[in-house]
Amino acid sequence: MAQVSEKVMVELHNVDKSYGDNKVVKNLNLQIQEGEFLTMLGPSGCGKTTTLRMIAGFEDVTAGAVIIEGENVVNKPPYQRNVNTVFQNYALFPHMNVYDNIAFGLTEKKVNKEEIRQRVGEMLSLVQMDGYETRRPSQMSGGQKQRVAIARALVNRPKVLLLDEPLGALDLKLRKQMQVELKHLQRQLGITFVYVTHDQEESLTMSDRIAVMNNGVIEQIGPPDKIYNRPATKFVADFIGESNIFEASVVSINGDNLKVIFETGGAEVSASGFNQDEMVYISVRPEKLKCSIDAVPGFNLRGTVKEHIYVGSISKTIIELPNGQNLKMSLLTGTPLLPQGENVWVYWEKDDTVVLHTNEETLYNLIEQVPKIEVRV
Amino acid sequence: MNIHNKRLNKFLSAAFVTLIYIFLYLPIAIIVFFSFNSSKLNVVFQGFTLQWYGVMFQNGDLMSALKNTAIVAVSSVVISVFIGTLAAIGMFRYEFKGKSIVDSFLYIPIVIPEIVMGISLLAFYHILSISLGILTLILAHVTFSMPYVVVTVRSRLSGYDMSLEEAAMDLGATRMHTLTRITLPIIAPGILAGAMLALTLSLDDVIVSFFTTGVDSVTLPIYIFNKVKTGVSPDINALITVIILVTLLVMLLMRTFDARTSKKEQA
Amino acid sequence: MNSATTATAVFGSEVNTSKKRMPFSRFVPLLLMVGPVILWLLIFVAAPLLYIFVISFMKKGIYGGVVVSLNFENYLRIFDPLYLRIFLVSIIIATATTVLCLILGYPFAYIIARASDRNKNILLSLIMLPFWTNSLIRTYGWIILLRTNGTFNTLLVSTHLISQPLQMLYTNGAVMVGMVYTLFPFMVLPLYSSLEKLDRSLLEAANDLGATPRRAFLRVTLPLTVPGIFAGCIQVFIPTLGYFFISDLLGGGNSILVGNLIRNQFLAARDWPFGAALSILLIVFTIVLMRVYKHFGGSLENIT
Repeated sequence: MAQVSEKVMVELHNVDKSYGDNKVVKNLNLQIQEGEFLTMLGPSGCGKTTTLRMIAGFEDVTAGAVIIEGENVVNKPPYQRNVNTVFQNYALFPHMNVYDNIAFGLTEKKVNKEEIRQRVGEMLSLVQMDGYETRRPSQMSGGQKQRVAIARALVNRPKVLLLDEPLGALDLKLRKQMQVELKHLQRQLGITFVYVTHDQEESLTMSDRIAVMNNGVIEQIGPPDKIYNRPATKFVADFIGESNIFEASVVSINGDNLKVIFETGGAEVSASGFNQDEMVYISVRPEKLKCSIDAVPGFNLRGTVKEHIYVGSISKTIIELPNGQNLKMSLLTGTPLLPQGENVWVYWEKDDTVVLHTNEETLYNLIEQVPKIEVRV
Repeated sequence: MNIHNKRLNKFLSAAFVTLIYIFLYLPIAIIVFFSFNSSKLNVVFQGFTLQWYGVMFQNGDLMSALKNTAIVAVSSVVISVFIGTLAAIGMFRYEFKGKSIVDSFLYIPIVIPEIVMGISLLAFYHILSISLGILTLILAHVTFSMPYVVVTVRSRLSGYDMSLEEAAMDLGATRMHTLTRITLPIIAPGILAGAMLALTLSLDDVIVSFFTTGVDSVTLPIYIFNKVKTGVSPDINALITVIILVTLLVMLLMRTFDARTSKKEQA
Repeated sequence: MNSATTATAVFGSEVNTSKKRMPFSRFVPLLLMVGPVILWLLIFVAAPLLYIFVISFMKKGIYGGVVVSLNFENYLRIFDPLYLRIFLVSIIIATATTVLCLILGYPFAYIIARASDRNKNILLSLIMLPFWTNSLIRTYGWIILLRTNGTFNTLLVSTHLISQPLQMLYTNGAVMVGMVYTLFPFMVLPLYSSLEKLDRSLLEAANDLGATPRRAFLRVTLPLTVPGIFAGCIQVFIPTLGYFFISDLLGGGNSILVGNLIRNQFLAARDWPFGAALSILLIVFTIVLMRVYKHFGGSLENIT
């Protein structure tokens, strides 16, 4: 991340967007550094594409400012903004060949023919499409169109490249390959990338920072490892990767050590900033979950091995708790598996959990239901 | 500045569209206007009257022209929709030799000038010694509207999932049942659109009718064509006004029906 | 495959007939469904056109009948200056009508295609609505408006804009107005469908790459709607040549177009062979235009 400088390239300041009564983006604030690869991640309808389109200039902001290189551009049309977009469906001009598609932006800027020829050529080799100049979009595969779309945007040497789910239409293998190439390209050119996707795995692989969006707000923004390991909200914990989430109540606090109880038992976690009797979410990743035939001090959580699912390099074990909740535990394939139907004790390392505040009211009823279970220490 | 331009653009667009619609409806409006004129001439408005709406029923030639128009329209729509829908489904479902020939043949009645179709049918009826009348008129109308029905129904079919038919047959439906219970209901909007198009073409036609009509099968446009030079009486204006009103009513009914079905589909 | 083997086991030799029955079971419904249309097209389209083609080489009988012979005289007569002039006038009027329809129709279709879905439906229905009152009736409406003692003149005289009524009816101008009026929807509908189909993200892409709306229109919208423009032009140009009743009613005797000429051969002059030859010429002309249209990437589906 050495290329990421301190200079702010794009800034969204208190941006609102609504269609009629429908608020799609709510008071959004975001700073994107020069040379950064920022991903906006979220489920469909979360407002990520709308946000991208406001940066590009295709959508007006309802309120707030879009600042590109220190200049508020909300009143500038797309053709006066120094950003370029790679569209979800590529949006290649069907009546032009590859060369004319890529040259489009340069001819609009009245760049001289010789320079256009040279720059289009450079772009074609950059995206490894040499020799395709005279092809029409209809004669190319999805991956090839994708490369042309990227070249068509990059040839204009934009300060910021906006990518709207650019790999969404590609098959899995090609998508993985393009992820690597795109990341490589971004490093090589040092251009700021703003990348929109709903694929959390994609965002983890490629980004310098991820902004997780939900219902028009950014739930969390940070580097991939932070987002994955330290989700700030239940939504983030749930949306990024897999999580086992317990709704729990804090029964005692000893420094950073919390004792919590939940419907099916009790456990110890390490966290700070929580109060006695507070309702919390405990989130544990499947790879952090452990189980044992023997009881583990500090944990009172029993379940039954329900089934094993083989997923290539790892295997997943599903453990069913007495209340019917299924816990997912992943192990490297080859690790000896416990037999199905076996009763096991579930536990984890105290530092391997994330504890999150909850809205207490929503859990009020739950407290009543929590059976009095003695917490074994 | 930007917002100003947008407003100006919007205003100019609206003004332009309005002018075009005035142009499109001006001649219709003037006919409606003079249907309420007490003068027998469509020149100056002398006073308001509804008498022509009564007089028109006593005009035997006019009423028979109206009747003939309706008979021709309804029969030609029924025949062309029946034959055309069958053909559209058949051509969508089966591959056969000469399909592309049938296909391009279908477009001949669509692209050739109406006058050529009119005179060729006239000559054809003549050599077969078929005397011109309501039958020749219906046959002619089916000929020019059927291809449109095929094309319209087929465009609706192009989004049709053949596996639905396979599923129906898999669940034990016979070919006939599959057609009546699955295929036809799904493409019903296409058939309806085809029928509307056929009706429109039949009602609007002048040229083909002109050549294929006989003395005892005069339709409304032919009747008016014959009258225009000698002078049109205002009861014709009244009848046209009634037709326009009926048309508007039908269109409104269809729109509400459309809105309802699309709401149902969404639900 | 499996059932076939079972069938062989059970019925032995019958497997051959069942193999033949398979295409038969497809053939019968196919014949029932497509057969009627093919038959209809053969009888009412192919046969009459063939007949017209045949009589275009024959001779006019004394009492208007057709005398069997083989000659090209009818085609040669077309080059008579009298008829050439009619062709020329027809083509000029048809071209002018087409150009006017295009100039008015393109912005009109463009605006409708960009309207909200609800407005779109209403605006489109409003174009289709006049069709339900016969085009001849609407032409009659124009007569009321344009004639010497008609609405326009009455209005203009009573407001003292003119002192004498203008001769508006029975002029080439009136014919043009009638043609543009009648054929305008045929221009708008194909234009509308090609504009409506246009992927909006292409325009966004053009803007994104630095093209102003004007430039984006010239470089993206216009070239991508060329098939629609062509389809519209063909659907206006060809009928204009044949709409004899408009030139009859609005042009009086002053304006004889190809359509009137053909009509006259079949009704007044009773010279069917010559009328047939003129029709064949019109068909050839149509075919040539369609070829050009297809050459420029147009598809027949757009012409409906």
